[in-house]
Amino acid sequence: MSATTGGGAAAAGAAPPPAQTPRTGAGPGVPSSSRPAWRRALSSSPAYMAVVLLVLVALFSLLAPDTFPTAANGRNVLTDVAVLLVMAVGTTYVLVAGGFDLSQGSVLVFAGVAAAKAMEALGGQGAGTVLVGIAVGLLAGTAWGAVNGLVITKLGVPALITTLGSTGAALGAAQLLSNGTDVRTVPDALISVAVQRPLTLSWLVWVAALVALVGGLVLATTRYGRHTQLIGSNAESARRAGIAVDRHTASLYVLNGALAGLAGLMSLTRFATTTISGHTTDGLQVITGVVLGGTSLFGGAGTVIGTVIGMFIPGVLNNGFVVLNVQAFWQQVAVGVVLVVAVYVDQLKRRRRNAA
Amino acid sequence: MLLEARGVHKAYGHVQVLHGVDFEAEAGKVTALIGDNGAGKSTLVKILSGALAPDAGELSLHDRRVRLTSPEHARSLGVETVYQDLALAPELGPAENVFAGRELLRPGLLGRLGVLDKKTMRARAQEAFTSMGTDVKDLDAAVAALSGGQRQSVAICRAVMWAKDLVFLDEPTAALGVRQTGKVLELVRRVADSGVGVVLISHNMTEVLEVADTVQVLRLGRRVAKLPASGTTVADLVGAMTGALDTPVTDARDDDRTDDRADERAAR
Ligand SMILES: Nc1ncnc2c1ncn2[C@@H]1O[C@H](COP(=O)(O)OP(=O)(O)OP(=O)(O)O)[C@@H](O)[C@H]1O
Ligand SMILES: [Mg+2]
Repeated sequence: MSATTGGGAAAAGAAPPPAQTPRTGAGPGVPSSSRPAWRRALSSSPAYMAVVLLVLVALFSLLAPDTFPTAANGRNVLTDVAVLLVMAVGTTYVLVAGGFDLSQGSVLVFAGVAAAKAMEALGGQGAGTVLVGIAVGLLAGTAWGAVNGLVITKLGVPALITTLGSTGAALGAAQLLSNGTDVRTVPDALISVAVQRPLTLSWLVWVAALVALVGGLVLATTRYGRHTQLIGSNAESARRAGIAVDRHTASLYVLNGALAGLAGLMSLTRFATTTISGHTTDGLQVITGVVLGGTSLFGGAGTVIGTVIGMFIPGVLNNGFVVLNVQAFWQQVAVGVVLVVAVYVDQLKRRRRNAA
Repeated sequence: MLLEARGVHKAYGHVQVLHGVDFEAEAGKVTALIGDNGAGKSTLVKILSGALAPDAGELSLHDRRVRLTSPEHARSLGVETVYQDLALAPELGPAENVFAGRELLRPGLLGRLGVLDKKTMRARAQEAFTSMGTDVKDLDAAVAALSGGQRQSVAICRAVMWAKDLVFLDEPTAALGVRQTGKVLELVRRVADSGVGVVLISHNMTEVLEVADTVQVLRLGRRVAKLPASGTTVADLVGAMTGALDTPVTDARDDDRTDDRADERAAR
């Protein structure tokens, strides 16, 4: 995938420019040049999605003033979103680099099962067992990510196909490990984490916030983040600029696997069981949220703050419908519609910009 | 001599593309490389810039023999290339493109964590764009939003900023209108005047005669002429390119030239 999008971007770079337009010599013919930075930020996709999010919150607050805008319900939404957000931060990087990763839901399950099995085998309910479980879960996720990254960069199999393959393989492997039944022998020390609420919020929320914060800073301010953008925008250009494109791309899938592993541990903590069948749509939900947040499916552009906003839109819709007692199926319909409309509007803006 | 190539041979499979080409470029001069489609110009430039290994032939920079192993190697020796497709990242801005792969980091701990020094990079890019007299004004716009001429300017400035000695430009004006072509040629001239050697590939004879100091003509994988731009006419160049007119190479190595031409005639 990264190779194809890279080629597309290279082609876009080489496309015959609008050479004869007389205004170009005048310099500020490019419309965006006169716009101040704050206006540009406000017209960006994340800002526009933040407005959508605020409208949703306002709407549900009006429709269910007693049940929706409460602290307890806010905590529910945050905890619901936390696990998915951790994976979405990694997927933001992968999409910005022009890649694709469908497999996170299955890797989450695999990592959860591997961790639970390891802790079961060790026995005991204490912190030592939990630490081993955490290490196993993170390693299991990282390993799947490494497989994805190597197959994509070394064997040149398109990312979509590779991660579609590992979606099936990781889930199958998890079921092999657990004989198809959920592992419920989660140590007390881990479960007790789930009920603690430092500063009123669950540990899960704090972990997700930390991942988002670090992920956002690295993407926006460091060389690693800049190289990720360059690769997604024009892989050939990045290669010629001396960036080790394959190594960098592989590292993004490894990171994505590790974050899926972390999400698996968080899910295990939250539900005290492996929930093997509960994550088949996680991969798609994550990609939906990331794209809603303004990250381009074609690579080169995207922010973690956008992803945070994008992940909360389905989260709030879901919660709002539950609070309003609307049938849960409607939520899927609504998210689907919001996704298509949002991407359509985003493309309209892009086209207008490129035509200008 | 800044760059000197002798007897460069290159074949793609069974197709012999370069038959012992000689080439020279001088510091502070614009050397034009012209020739019909398929004459081997891009192939020669790829070899001279380290992107392609020659089958035979030798290369020297500053009168010292080198074997270029990669474009990075060439770049480390002060040789930069602007390829025909520019290779810019359209989603990123001009400053980001100029510093692609050569990002500056903040001093101290932040730098060790890999944090970019965006302010300095921006200021330096701005300085380069201004000092080279380009019309790249908006450093916040994505490159995709720039005009063709501005994009070309960004690509050339990127190369020039890092080229200590030599810049190859593969058809920098091919996609541009009259006005923007003029701007880019001015830029090319300014770069050479600053002491850097420029090798310019072009199909436009008038343009070549306007901006170049020397013109070297490639035909069917051989250099058939090396002419000073002043006093040469478009007709001379066309003649050399098509072979209608056999212009002698004003160069020390006339002898093997004649051999080559004899070969060529024999081949027909
Ligand atoms: N990768 C390749 N594999 C096989 N043949 C090639 C390859 N690249 C170039 N050629 C052939 O080598 C010859 C010279 O090509 P080259 O691109 O160097 O010409 P050029 O002078 O740059 O032409 P143009 O003016 O069209 O850019 C052509 O006949 C071309 O078909
Ligand atoms: Mg060419």
